[in-house]
Amino acid sequence: MSTIHWKAPVKERVITIRGLYKSFGSNHVLRGIDLDLDRSENVVVLGRSGTGKSVLIKIICGLLKPDAGEVMVLGKDVPHLREKELRALRLKLGFSFQSSALYDSMTVRENLEFPLVQNSKHLTSKQIKQAVEEVLDAVGLIQTLNQMPAELSGGQRKRIGIARTLILQPEIMLYDEPTAGLDPITSIEINNLINEVQQRYHTSSIIITHDLTCAKTTGDRVAMLLDGKFVKQGSFEEVFTTEDERIKSFYDYNFIQQ
Amino acid sequence: MNGIENESYRRPKKITQFFLDIYLAFAFIIKFFKEAFVPPFHFKEVVKQCYNIGYKSLALITVTGFITGLVFTKQSRPSLAEFGATSWLPSLVSIAMIRALAPLVTALICAGKVGSNIGAELGSMKVTEQIDAMEVSAINPYKFLVSTRVLACTLMLPLLMFYTGFVGLMGSFLDVHANEQTSMATFFQNAFASINFLDYWTSIAKAVIYGFTIGIVGSYKGFNASNGTTGVGSAANSAVVTSMFIIFIEEIVIVQISNYIRGGF
Repeated sequence: MSTIHWKAPVKERVITIRGLYKSFGSNHVLRGIDLDLDRSENVVVLGRSGTGKSVLIKIICGLLKPDAGEVMVLGKDVPHLREKELRALRLKLGFSFQSSALYDSMTVRENLEFPLVQNSKHLTSKQIKQAVEEVLDAVGLIQTLNQMPAELSGGQRKRIGIARTLILQPEIMLYDEPTAGLDPITSIEINNLINEVQQRYHTSSIIITHDLTCAKTTGDRVAMLLDGKFVKQGSFEEVFTTEDERIKSFYDYNFIQQ
Repeated sequence: MNGIENESYRRPKKITQFFLDIYLAFAFIIKFFKEAFVPPFHFKEVVKQCYNIGYKSLALITVTGFITGLVFTKQSRPSLAEFGATSWLPSLVSIAMIRALAPLVTALICAGKVGSNIGAELGSMKVTEQIDAMEVSAINPYKFLVSTRVLACTLMLPLLMFYTGFVGLMGSFLDVHANEQTSMATFFQNAFASINFLDYWTSIAKAVIYGFTIGIVGSYKGFNASNGTTGVGSAANSAVVTSMFIIFIEEIVIVQISNYIRGGF
């Protein structure tokens, strides 16, 4: 009888962060961050406002330079990339801003076409139109095609912001407070959308939030950021099964708020 | 004692910040020459900005230029009439318009209208993270937003300057014709007889430099806006004040240089 050798699937690491430090003047925001993200994994970074969660993902996509530490994204050392190399890498990263950051002088269609037109010169207008309609359909907002961002609700703006990043077919999605400022129903819709994006486009994601429902719904793994360091990483249940008062109070506060 | 200590602590910091600001401003200008003339080019955006800067300023430029020419003629008439030299009005006005008034009036109007517009627009994009959104979409925001606006300002200011000169001379002609019954042909013959090649080139150089100044100052202020909506207002205001200040300094320098070329100060 032949022996069947079971081989665990090797997870491909898409982001590796080691010993990351970042300060703004005397404000030491990140004090030695270590984080890994595997392909097709959703990692939620939880923490209070002002703890440097957004700073972390801005460093990952090269918008900010770290003071010290290693940031490897898809095998590239982000802080030491040249501008041209960084732009090439950014084509594989999608960044959903807390404020959505839609170009307010452009319609929804133009907002979606813009990154595609600027980065894929070889595409025909028919292909661009098709790509725009496809991502709008994916976020369920095909009817807003000719509307201006000012005419959209907060939830719609978030969805269009996500659609705009999806149009470049990124491998990694970075969500900055995707449910901030939204009502509970819309928040659930956005959480579902994040999961749908992961399944449909096979993206790996880092989700920055202080919303526990969002963390529980979207995260394969949760990393708790306190005082500039990750104090605990694991599944949602693992993180909140703890005696650490700081983590417990964060959970209790969210629970009472809800 | 504490106050003195604090003051002495603050002063070097302010001086350092001042020199840092100058360094950053020059780095911003140098970046324009690195970015604007290498592909990819955004021709459509340059044309769009030329339309915004040039065509949309026409109404204001027309009114201002016309009134400048008309008022300058009216104010100059009594002085020339004392010597019986009102026939020199076309020459006087044309020299004043082409050499000084047309470039300066156009630049000041555009600094107010276009400079504030660029400062506010880019400032608003900065504080609402739209510039960061461009950056993470692998688009060079400097190239797309700054280079195109600066190029459009630099291209449009000379055209607007000639238009201001023409409209100003028309204003002047209206007054001269009403008082001296001078024909249009005679007026313009006298007007252009006193302007030489150097006058045209000096004015074009002025307009190009002023246009570049308005575009780069507006963009710099907008690109470095912070503190939300207050920052947007400050960026717009600061863009106008700074560009006007620099334009006046440039005017003095260019006039000195052109006088030197003419053969004397």
